[in-house]
Formats: sequence, C-alpha cells, structure tokens
Amino acid sequence: MSKQNRRDFLKVATALATSSITAGSARAAPENILSEDRSGVLIDTTVCIGCRKCEYACKIAHDISTEGPESYTDRSVFENKRRPDDQNLTVVNTYKNDDGSENPISVKVQCMHCDEPACLSACIVGAFYKRENGAVIWDESKCIGCRYCLVACPFQIPAYEYQKALEARVVKCDWCNERQKENKLPACVEICPVEAMTFGKRSVLLEIARDKITANPDRYIDHIYGESEVGGTSWLYLAGKDFQDFDFPKLGTKSAPDLSEAIQHGVFAYFVPPIALYAVLGGVMWIKKNNKNSEEE
Amino acid sequence: MEEYSKPVPMTKKFLTPGVIILLILAINGLIFLAIRFFWGLGAVTNLDNQHPWGIWIAVDVAVGVALAAGGFTTAALGHIMHQDKYEVVIRPALLTAMLGYTFVAIGVCIDLGRYYLIWHPMLPSMWNGNSALFEVGLCVMAYLTVLYIEFLPIVTERFIGKMRLPGFLSALNNPIDRFLKFLDNKLAKTMFIFIILGVVLSCLHQSSLGTVMIIAGPKMHPLWQTPILPLLFLLSAISVGFPMVIIESLIASRSFGLKPEIEVLSQLARMLGPLLGIYLAFKIGDIFIREAFIYFQEISLESVMFIIELLIGVIIPMCIFFSQKALRSPGLLFTGSIMVVLGIVINRINAYLISYTPLYAVKSYFPSIGEISVTLGLTAIAVLMYRIFVKIFPVISIPDKSLLPKTKYEIKGIS
Repeated sequence: MSKQNRRDFLKVATALATSSITAGSARAAPENILSEDRSGVLIDTTVCIGCRKCEYACKIAHDISTEGPESYTDRSVFENKRRPDDQNLTVVNTYKNDDGSENPISVKVQCMHCDEPACLSACIVGAFYKRENGAVIWDESKCIGCRYCLVACPFQIPAYEYQKALEARVVKCDWCNERQKENKLPACVEICPVEAMTFGKRSVLLEIARDKITANPDRYIDHIYGESEVGGTSWLYLAGKDFQDFDFPKLGTKSAPDLSEAIQHGVFAYFVPPIALYAVLGGVMWIKKNNKNSEEE
Repeated sequence: MEEYSKPVPMTKKFLTPGVIILLILAINGLIFLAIRFFWGLGAVTNLDNQHPWGIWIAVDVAVGVALAAGGFTTAALGHIMHQDKYEVVIRPALLTAMLGYTFVAIGVCIDLGRYYLIWHPMLPSMWNGNSALFEVGLCVMAYLTVLYIEFLPIVTERFIGKMRLPGFLSALNNPIDRFLKFLDNKLAKTMFIFIILGVVLSCLHQSSLGTVMIIAGPKMHPLWQTPILPLLFLLSAISVGFPMVIIESLIASRSFGLKPEIEVLSQLARMLGPLLGIYLAFKIGDIFIREAFIYFQEISLESVMFIIELLIGVIIPMCIFFSQKALRSPGLLFTGSIMVVLGIVINRINAYLISYTPLYAVKSYFPSIGEISVTLGLTAIAVLMYRIFVKIFPVISIPDKSLLPKTKYEIKGIS
C-alpha cells in the first residue's frame, strides 16, 4: 500500500465511522405508550353461557359475511376446539364441567392486546401499533406479509389470508377500534346477554376481579389470567379451575419480547459493537498489509 | 499464487446430463412458483395459522444465508488477514455468496405474502429497531449490495480491453472501456471499505437469524431455545464457510477437469477442527448450563434430531478434520465438508421448524410437493447460474498455460 493509499484509507474510514455514529443517534425504535388509564375487558368464564352472540356481533362489526343470528344456536360447532382465524376474530369453545353439572364451561378467545405485544416488537416494518387505550392494531399500509407476528405471538392469535394472491391481510381482533373511537363499546361486550364481559379501566377491572375472587373463593381460583402473563394483557380472565384446562398457555411474567429486545439492543447499543468490529477489522487489515509490504521491501 | 495460477473463464461445454436434470428441476419449480403468484400461498404450501413459516423460510432463507457464509469467511482470511495463498478460493466463494444471497432475496420475495412491498423496510418511517427480522432484512440488503460491488472488479477484468460490440454499437467500445478502467481504478482504491463492511454485516445478520426465533419463547423447544442462539448461529456459519468452499472447489475441479487445489484446501480444513470444536463446546455447554439435557431422557423427534444434528454436523466431521491423514485426502475432505454442510442444513431446519411447536396445531407441518419443488427449483437455478458465471467471468483459477496441455484449454482471461 502506498503512502497515498494509506492516507485515503484513514480518511475514508474516519468519514465512514462518523457517518454511522450520526445515523445511530438518529435512529429511534417505535415507542410503546402505556396509559395508566388504559382500558381492559374482564371475561368471567363462570358466567358465559356459550350463546356465541359475540361471534355474530363481531362479524357484523367487521363486515365479515355471516349467516343470521339464529345459525349461532347450533351447538355442534363445540365438538371441535376452534381458534380465531381470518373469518372469525373471536370464537367460543366449551369445556366439560367436572363439578357434576351438565352445563359446560364456555371460554371466549380473541386477541389479548398485550401491554408489551410480541407482534409489535417482532414486526419487520412496525406494522403494529398500540393505542393509548391498550388496543393493538395492525396497519395494512405497512405490512409486507412476512407472518413473523404469527411466529412471535405467545397466544397464537394473528391469522393470515393464505388463500389470497394479492392484498392478503394479517387478521386479528382490533378490539373494535372504529367503534371505540366513536365511544361505543366493543361489539362482543355490547351484545353479551349475560354480561360475561366487563369493559372498563384495566386497573378498576383488576380490583373487581380480586373482589370477586375474595367474595366467592369456591367459584373462582385465585388467578386473574392476563394480570401478569407476558407482562400483562388488556383482556383479563376469571375461571373456576386451572387455565391450562381451557387451553390457555402457561406463560411467565416477563414480556414476550423481553429477551429478544435485550439481545437486539445489546448488539446495537448506539451502534458501538458493529463500529468497534469494523474498526478492529480495519486495524488488522492495515497492520497485516504493512507487515507484508515491509517483508517485500 | 500469481506465478502459477490465475482465474480464467471456464470453456467446457455447458449442456451435460447433470445440467439437464437441473433444468428439469428448475422448470418444475417455476411452474409451482407461477401457481403461488397467481393463486396465493395457500394454493401451493402447507402453511396455516399455526405454521406460518415452512421450508421457504427455514431452507431458502436460513440455510441459504448460512451456506453463503464462505463469502465473508474467505474474505476475512484472504483480504483482511492477508493470507495470499487463499486467493484461489476467494473468487469462487464470492460468487457463491453473491448468487446465494441473490437467491435468498428471491426466496424471501416468494414467501412474503405482500412481496410487492418488500422495499418497506428501507423506509425510515417503518424501521423497527426492536425486530431481529428487521435487522436481518436490512443487513441482507446491504450485504447483497456489498457483494455486487465486490464482484465488480471481476466484471471489469473480464471486459477491459475486450469490448467488442458489433455494428453501430462499436462506437461505444471505447467509452465503455474507459468507463470500466475508471471504475476499476476507483474500486481498487476503495475496495477495503466494502470488504470490511461485508464481514461486519455478515457477523450481524448471521447471528440475528438466531435471534429471530427467540421471540417465539415457549413455542420453541428448550433444546434450541437459548439466549446464546445468535452466537451459536454465528459460530456455525463461520464453521460452514470453509466446507462450502472445499466442496465447491472439489466439484469444480472435477467438473472442469482440473487438478484439485489440495494444498490450499487442506490448509482451510486444518482450521475446521478447532472451529467445530469451539462451536461444539458452546452447544454442549449451553445444554448443560440450562440443564436442558433432561430432554434427552425421552426419545422424541426433537431429542433425536438434536443428536443427529450434533453427530453428523459437528462431532464426526470434527474428528475427520483433526486427523492428519484426512487433510491430505480429497475424498475425506469432501466427506467431512459434506457432513458439516448437512449438519447446518439440519440445524437450521431444527431451529426454524422442528423445534417450533405451535400452541393449537391439529396437524403437524410437512412441506408440500409445491414447496419442495420451488426450493429444489431455486437451488437448481442457482447452480446453473454458477455454471454460467464461471464460463463468462474469470472466477476459477487454473494453473498457468505452460503447465497444461495446450490443446485442452483455451485461456481467455490472461492479458
């Protein structure tokens, strides 16, 4: 390497390092705003009668084609466990009641609207956002259809329109975002004939849930599902027996993206590690080149 | 090396029985690809809401990126460490990496549901620094660009002084030639920037491909779900770089009737024993520290696959590469290298598919005929492209003219 080249090397390397540092400080990850007053829904599975009116209301609210409400009285759908998909943002499953009564236990399933959503953290283009009220919403204008959110979700909720060649969407409960903007209740909460669902401030709902458990220790187990699972969810559940019996995943209290974000932020702490690696490699390259040149001389 | 070997375009005929098989595989893949683009992912794949990712991600992307690692490992060795004796393997490895990453990008496009929006991650308004996949995406785009730049000098070398455009286009010969010379000159001065950048970008996204699966949390089997998954991905990518180079070099010398570069290859292979040893130590250490060995008590798909992955991909080849005899034998070098490559293929499939247990799956995932056809088709096209490129560009080194029978080769690349 000639003297001139060596000077070029340093000049370019310095310029490159400076530019990447400025780029580093300008970069910001989407922020997750959690309001103290954020909303929630408390589902009491001991109250739900499995009438599936919520499924009907949900479809109407989201313009999904459906048969009339009378078709929802057909209880044969309960023979198989169903999961939310691109046509059903919420589904009700029933489980055998082992306290001797004939009535099964019905459990409604939909997006939990996590406080720290895995889908939001995972999304390659930031196509999910969390509203201040807690709702986790998918943004059609950004999504590129990679389906990483389906991989990431600890509750396996998002669904994808595999049958579409173009404009395929990621579909999940949006907590009736449009209705909530008009200060209306979510469609499922509004239609529920037995008030199995309570909409309100999450902090208040937790108090109600705790009071219910204290007042009826025989009726409920001492666990509010969603209070601390994966760092807390907007939707909360009460039940009479262990939640794993109702196919709820057993999850820790750490948020789902906790570890992956820690790794990402560690590797990219102000871009120091990549720049340091670049500098070290550059240094090695320079020294080796000089060594070789002096050997040749 | 300059004294007795030099990269030149290969001049053997293109159409051989092997090439015909590759062409058939390619066409078959393209047919299924057409179905995918006209009727959607659901028409071709076995993917569903429980299994959002199949072999198009696990093999075409994750394995593809890993197997293209020879590009950055040889660049680090040859250019950054200035080990000039490895000069002969750098160009073939660079070509593999360039084609490999091009096909990774194509593979991503095929799997993306809304592929026409693939440019979205480039818009700062859509950046998500929390997402490992975002980092992989940007790094792969950047590295692909770097690889194209690194390949440019080979293009200029091929055409400088040899621009022979016919007819009225011949007026362009001189300007193009001058432009190529200018480009060549500028590239020579700045290439070190791109070479270092390529190594840094590779280290970043090779490891982040491991981070990608971590967010799946308890859905991923504990044998693979570990906080050091990114490190394991990086170490295994570094270990698979040289075996890929060895395999390519041996196949190329056989296919083009050249003498294998056994000296250089055994030098490369000498490093593999320690490299695989380090990877194995981390892999086993990780299992013990997390006490994940309890999962070996039962015979399950996961525990068996984990042992196969380690035995075939790491332990046996490590023993091969530690033996002095094997280092001198093309056959054993080839066997050991193939095992490492196979091990990485199994490892990436394990990490992305086998270890992933969705919460509510009613059936397990197995790739459809369409998915397998497209993966095979893409691989076939990549191999064909490699063959075309080595015929056009001076990539593969052959011993100098004087050492060869004159009738057998026509040497074009030496000016």
